[in-house]
Amino acid sequence: MIKAKEPFRFHTRLHLSELTGLRAATLSQLLRLIKEVPGASIYHHTHRFLQQHQYLSPEPPNDFAYWVSGVLGEDELGERLASIDTIQYPTIRSLRDKIASTIEDYLKNNALAKLKFAREGEEFYFIKSVSFVVPTNYIASDLAEFTQVLKKITIESIYFHIFEARLRLEKQTNDFSNWIETSIGDKKLADKISSLDPYTRTLEDLRKTLINIMEKRISS
Amino acid sequence: MAKIEEYIPIVGQSVIDDLKLLAEKLKGKVIQHINSTSVGGGVAEILTRIVPLLRELGVDTRWDLIKGGEQFFETTKKFHNSLHARPEVITERDFEIFAETSQKNIEEMQISGDIVFVHDPQPIALVKKKTDNKWIWRCHIDVSNPNAQVWQFLMDFIGQYDSAVFSAPSFSRKLPIRQFLISPSIDPLSDKNKDLPRETIDSVLKKYNILQDKPIITQISRFDRLKDPLGVIEAYLQVKKYINCQLILAGGTATDDPEGLKVLEEVKERVKQDNDIHILLLAQNDIEVNALQRASDVIIQKSIKEGFGLTVAEALWKAKPVVASNVGGIPLQIKHKYSGLLCHSIEGATFALKQLLNSPEYAKKLGKNGQEHIRNNFLLTRHLRDYMLLFLSLFHTQDIVYL
Repeated sequence: MIKAKEPFRFHTRLHLSELTGLRAATLSQLLRLIKEVPGASIYHHTHRFLQQHQYLSPEPPNDFAYWVSGVLGEDELGERLASIDTIQYPTIRSLRDKIASTIEDYLKNNALAKLKFAREGEEFYFIKSVSFVVPTNYIASDLAEFTQVLKKITIESIYFHIFEARLRLEKQTNDFSNWIETSIGDKKLADKISSLDPYTRTLEDLRKTLINIMEKRISS
Repeated sequence: MAKIEEYIPIVGQSVIDDLKLLAEKLKGKVIQHINSTSVGGGVAEILTRIVPLLRELGVDTRWDLIKGGEQFFETTKKFHNSLHARPEVITERDFEIFAETSQKNIEEMQISGDIVFVHDPQPIALVKKKTDNKWIWRCHIDVSNPNAQVWQFLMDFIGQYDSAVFSAPSFSRKLPIRQFLISPSIDPLSDKNKDLPRETIDSVLKKYNILQDKPIITQISRFDRLKDPLGVIEAYLQVKKYINCQLILAGGTATDDPEGLKVLEEVKERVKQDNDIHILLLAQNDIEVNALQRASDVIIQKSIKEGFGLTVAEALWKAKPVVASNVGGIPLQIKHKYSGLLCHSIEGATFALKQLLNSPEYAKKLGKNGQEHIRNNFLLTRHLRDYMLLFLSLFHTQDIVYL
């Protein structure tokens, strides 16, 4: 078993929702605020579902898609927003631009959609995610130890290393692939993990998939 | 009272490990909760459970009460109603009474916390004692449409706090201080939510002469217009045309609430001879509420207005399919068609009830999803975690905090 140059320290990420007091009742207001709110708010509304609804089947909708379809009844726009391929966007900025341009394009061809109002109490409320990153006591020095830890850490920890590290901390890839490539020297395995689309799985399914890939590699 | 280790079989070891990690980071800080009562009401109930658990985790936590006479509490009750958008006549004298009692409490209350956690409007003026410590104001009330005069009066105090906390996004408004969303929670080990043996459920049904020969629809709520019991009966009558079912309306006694007694009379009048409608007056009996929820096929919560609506979380925790109004904190607990069905009207409630009673597999799936949603987001352990993160946020202003 290859020993890592540097051991991998697992971190966990716990979050608190900060209210902004900003709300949108129409698509035009939603668009304007999407362009203005802090990145932490775009991050919250595109990733909250992954953590809060981890039991749901794949493709959890983002909050924008859910509101546009469920409250304004604009199913087509909802579908377009839900199917934005988040993994393609390396930064919150680029993801925000894509969401905004998707709404803008839709409004150009569907002027009547601007006239729809959410009922009182059903407006879109902008919330920010405040992340607290905490080192855990779990450390791995090789792939076998790494796989064992994967089986018992919280899904918040997997979430942090896969989603938050790549998009919010702008590390280009996830932490697991980065460590496997640079510390273990197994680029093939690292690429295999970074090519997974984590957005179309539940978090528990993602854990199982990662463990399977690791165990296959260890036994090969 | 349950120990922290007893929650491991329910939420998993790693969730408890996270709580211990956070508690470590709060070593040396004293947390002082202040509210107006130690018994009765949701705030006291949650503090009764949270304070010992925080202490067990090693967080030095205290809990103090302000003092006030009858006049003071009558005034704060008026404030409470008017923040809930109920019409109240608030006079200059009310503000004077509030100021006088607040001043006495400011003089008498010993502030010992590095973090002072003030609950609801009654003790809000204590913030005048703020020195170099941190102060949080926790609003447990639905303030989505508050009386402007009372809100403005409170704003003079709120602005002096470091942070505010609300239970639902719709309660938030632009404030000069940071504000956080922390939902209330249920305790899975309390009498109201713990697992019950079949015999207990059966004996409660027997006590109230309820046979399990047809599906049971239940609403657990005090008899209050805002809970729309007459609307529930109407929906049940519509469903009954197609499905032979029975209805339980169960709630606390309303002897100290003249309005509640009137609603109860109206409900009884509406029910008349229907033997399949059971109106139960329960005297604060959590085991019975638990048993009735567990015996039900569908739970309904057809409120017109709701602070948070924890009865929905209680029902979902028991994996029951729920039909509930899209108000207050209910949409946080139910994602329509994923973890229950939301409605806006009697007709909508009727349709949803028929769907659930006629499609037991679908109903089961919604209930199961709902149970997992509550496990991940609305149990006491999540509440403890959020409170500890809130305390830590007072010392860090960034969006990403490395502890």
